[in-house]
Amino acid sequence: MAVKRRLAVDPILCDGRGLCAELAPDRVTLDDWGFPIVDPTPLGPRERRDAKRAVEACPVLALRIERAD
Amino acid sequence: MSIAERPLILPTAGPVPLATHRADFREPAAFRGRGPALLVEIEASGLRGRGGAGFPTARKLGAIAGHDGVVVVNATEGEPASAKDRMLLESQPHLVVDGAVLAAHAVGARRVHIGIARSSPATRAALRCAFVERGSPEPGIELSVHATPEHFVVGEETALVHWINGGDALPTGRRVRMVERGVAGRPTAVINCETAAQVAWIVNHGAHAFRLRGTADEPGSRLATVTRGDRSRWVVEADIGSPLAEVAWAGGAPIDRTRPVLVGGYFGAWISGSEALEVAYSDAALRPLGASVGAGVLVPLPAQACAWCETARLLDWMAGESSLQCGVCVNGLPALASAAAEISRGENIVTRTGQLERWAGQIDHRGGCGMPDGAVRLLRSALRVHRELIAAHAAAHGCPLGAPPFLTIPETRSNPWR
Repeated sequence: MAVKRRLAVDPILCDGRGLCAELAPDRVTLDDWGFPIVDPTPLGPRERRDAKRAVEACPVLALRIERAD
Repeated sequence: MSIAERPLILPTAGPVPLATHRADFREPAAFRGRGPALLVEIEASGLRGRGGAGFPTARKLGAIAGHDGVVVVNATEGEPASAKDRMLLESQPHLVVDGAVLAAHAVGARRVHIGIARSSPATRAALRCAFVERGSPEPGIELSVHATPEHFVVGEETALVHWINGGDALPTGRRVRMVERGVAGRPTAVINCETAAQVAWIVNHGAHAFRLRGTADEPGSRLATVTRGDRSRWVVEADIGSPLAEVAWAGGAPIDRTRPVLVGGYFGAWISGSEALEVAYSDAALRPLGASVGAGVLVPLPAQACAWCETARLLDWMAGESSLQCGVCVNGLPALASAAAEISRGENIVTRTGQLERWAGQIDHRGGCGMPDGAVRLLRSALRVHRELIAAHAAAHGCPLGAPPFLTIPETRSNPWR
């Protein structure tokens, strides 16, 4: 059984650039001020690729994939 | 003053001299080297933290046991309506210091830090006098006192630890757990000042005696700060599970069925007067009402004050207290404050109430510390309890009570973080 993982944002590092919501729209939405609301539930197998791309694209390295336990 | 038959930790007059204190509490050094037994006793007592979150103390201490960890006692008391921790340090300094040292012995820690607010010189003086009275330092313990800048979020354990480590007194987020990496990178347990006092009581008198007070799930007594109608504050000690109305009454602020009560603190929650007359003073009883004992604050709102306008003032204060590190706080809190203020003026009630509900959902659980969650908790309780009052603001095109401000709000907006 694979380890469950999820997307997480460090709210202190986050600058609200919004790339994550573009790259992983199924997992990240933006609040009324343009900051990401990240779905805390484990990533599905098909969502991992988008999540990984969003993590790599974050200009302030605020996004990460972590163990969901 | 106490409605516990005999108070466990609150003296009738203070400060309690060392000799008097030692008649009831043995020197902490007597318990040195008995860590596991102390931890078992604390666990058996069922003690939960008295700072607000109510986490089991033994579990927090257990997480750093045997790792050459650090114990931090948080007496910064950033909650403006709370006075219990200062009161305790000024009247029972030896009990708190004993508790801090005993918590360290329980986990084999050699370093103890006590954090107090810079703005309370009396607390600092009480501690200094206590150390002079104690004379020699605690064997095997290195103890230091830190005076922090005054901001609400300095009470966040990550902010206090960051300050002790030489940084600004700012929260550092939830990524790093203090029990893994805190003061000087060591496993660190941050416990509240009152919690430390209860640790000393439990170690000296036993878990069984402690459990004779309170409820099965929340044993013991708690300190409560009650704000009276003349804005003065009174600290009382009450067994957990006592009727909330009795706790308020003991503090000199009887509950009025028609007047709401702010419970837990400025980051707490409103409950209605009729709820306050029915509910017990415990987290379990308050939880269904969206409230908790929190920092032990009770503010029965007097007849001349408007609960909604007070909520709007609190939200404005919170926006100013933010450390401005997270987008959700930087943008969200001022938005909440300005929408709440508009409702106070009787403008755009329907739109603004809808926005407040929407934003509450967006803000919850997204900050790097608990501050925005606290603001949302207060807001949601206000929307629940004060619905008629909000409508009355629309009808009156402003505050129907024309009430002057009641809650005392500190002017800390421009205070430094260093």
